Amino acid sequence: MFDFYQRIAKTKIDIVYLGETVCAKRKLLRREDWLTIAKMLQNSGKEVVLSSMTLIEANSELSALKSLCANGEFEVEANDMAAVQQLSGQSFITGPAINIYNPHSLKVLARHGLKRWVFPLELSKQTLADMQKEKPENIETEVFVYGRLPLAYSARCFTARAHNLPKDDCQYRCLHYPDGLLLSTQEKEKFLILNGIQTQSVKTNNLIAELDEFKTLNVDVLRISPPSQHCEKIIDIFHQCLHQDYCIEEAITELASLLPAGGSCNGYWHGLNGMDLYSTSQEVLCQSFQQ
Amino acid sequence: MNNSHQCVAKNKMELVCPAGNLPALKVAVDNGADAVYIGFKDDTNARHFAGLNFNEKRSRNAIEYAHRKGTKVFLAINTYPQASGWKRWQEAVDRAAALKIDALIAADIGVLDYAANTYADLCLHLSVQASATNSEAIRFYYENFGIQRVVLPRVLSLKQVEQVSKDSPVPLEVFGFGSLCVMVEGRCLLSSYVTGQSPNSFGACSPASAVEWKDAAGGLESRLNNVLIDCYKKDEAAGYPTLCKGRFEVSHNTFYAMEEPTSLNTIALLPELQSIGIAAIKLEGRQRSPAYVKQVTKVWRAALDECHNNADDYQPKSEWLDVLHSVSEGRTTTLGAYHRPWQ
Repeated sequence: MFDFYQRIAKTKIDIVYLGETVCAKRKLLRREDWLTIAKMLQNSGKEVVLSSMTLIEANSELSALKSLCANGEFEVEANDMAAVQQLSGQSFITGPAINIYNPHSLKVLARHGLKRWVFPLELSKQTLADMQKEKPENIETEVFVYGRLPLAYSARCFTARAHNLPKDDCQYRCLHYPDGLLLSTQEKEKFLILNGIQTQSVKTNNLIAELDEFKTLNVDVLRISPPSQHCEKIIDIFHQCLHQDYCIEEAITELASLLPAGGSCNGYWHGLNGMDLYSTSQEVLCQSFQQ
Repeated sequence: MNNSHQCVAKNKMELVCPAGNLPALKVAVDNGADAVYIGFKDDTNARHFAGLNFNEKRSRNAIEYAHRKGTKVFLAINTYPQASGWKRWQEAVDRAAALKIDALIAADIGVLDYAANTYADLCLHLSVQASATNSEAIRFYYENFGIQRVVLPRVLSLKQVEQVSKDSPVPLEVFGFGSLCVMVEGRCLLSSYVTGQSPNSFGACSPASAVEWKDAAGGLESRLNNVLIDCYKKDEAAGYPTLCKGRFEVSHNTFYAMEEPTSLNTIALLPELQSIGIAAIKLEGRQRSPAYVKQVTKVWRAALDECHNNADDYQPKSEWLDVLHSVSEGRTTTLGAYHRPWQ
């Protein structure tokens, strides 16, 4: 883990979200270790945000959340309304599991100190355009542009279930699957990824072809959810496209070669089924970017 | 047990029953519901199904009928509006307030803010779709919108429910019976990933318009937007292809990888729920028939009365269980997350 973040420190990524958001039991690192990494990344010029848990049930989880929100040094990403309640009055960020579907909701959270929000995964670019028009001043908008989509959370651990183990004695089987456990249909179609209590899409949501639209819509931050392999390369491709007029067509081809199993999708962005892949004309995109 | 629990244990838990149409509402009222919950005929509620729900006139009739018999009516406006549809949700809240419903069940922060600021007298309940699973999340909605009750997602163990009950600023309503979401409500996008429509965005999960049945060599296939959800052999009973309740393959095993087709049934837990101080028990099933509503309301009325009268000797009767099993998904029931090993 330390090695991974050392490498991330050397990339051109601007913001790093750190910490466990899925399973309270899966303590890969101690709190002090996360803070050490956070400081190292900050010293490398990165903005560091500490992410909080998505499903908070037990009192111990609530206590951990409270102490994270009171860390006094780094901003926190709220992934449950308990975190919003804790962070109210200070500057905070909301992650994709906080439901902000309309400008009215955005305005309420702005009153509490919202600095940046992640646009809900299942909404379309038309909805984002509507939101951007009515967004309160000084609120930054972030869009999930690359990675498998976190689609659902449960009290049940599906990884433990697949191994016939009770959740309380899961033996940390999830650690054997750095990219999650594949779930296929009975006709062998790769469908979903089981990551403990979280279910992800097997397809990687890939919006590299939409970079022009993000600029038009005044999107401030693009989020990459890294697979276990090629993280630095993926960051590099996005960074080059954003800053050096790297031809999108080449970027699309290069990213395609790095995709994890399951292929890619972009349906939500285009107002379609999330798993769909809407293909735009790559040639036209390439030209427009070079203008 | 502390004093506050003893005090609360004397309180009677309210029975909250579903109604997708006027006949269902009437049988719920006639068979002992303390409250009935309904929705308008559009995507402002999480049971947005064809032929279901209430227009304004029907709502008025429903409320008149229920109030005449001393039953409360709650109305769910519990989906998440986007900017383009905001007016529809706003008008729904206006209509609900004018109808003098007993409580509005809502989930979206914007909708709650509008309702709280526009109608100070309107009683607000936090919908299960708001995903409030802990006392701090509940506190946010209480402090900002003055919610008076919260419906808990079906993901907590009994011990966790007890903890939330102790720390929550408002009384809790929990699901007692009906279809079971294995995913935490309000944060599940599986349905829109496959069909474009989710409970949050459209008010439906695994919508019927995306369902296809196909006789194939391997058996009867159920598909959702062409994704194979399950395949039934001749002797197997086929169920509705709810996405999370299909049989899938993981590590070369084909099984119900997320959840079996089964219904939640907590009728055995009533004394515990009462002693925890739960304010109300909710029955799922606005999409079900008036016959279902009649059967489950009758059973749960009897069970609650028995529990309220003598919690110490309370035992679920076999005839209650027979009825509940007969109307359950897959004809089986589970204690769900209340029972820790289920998790």
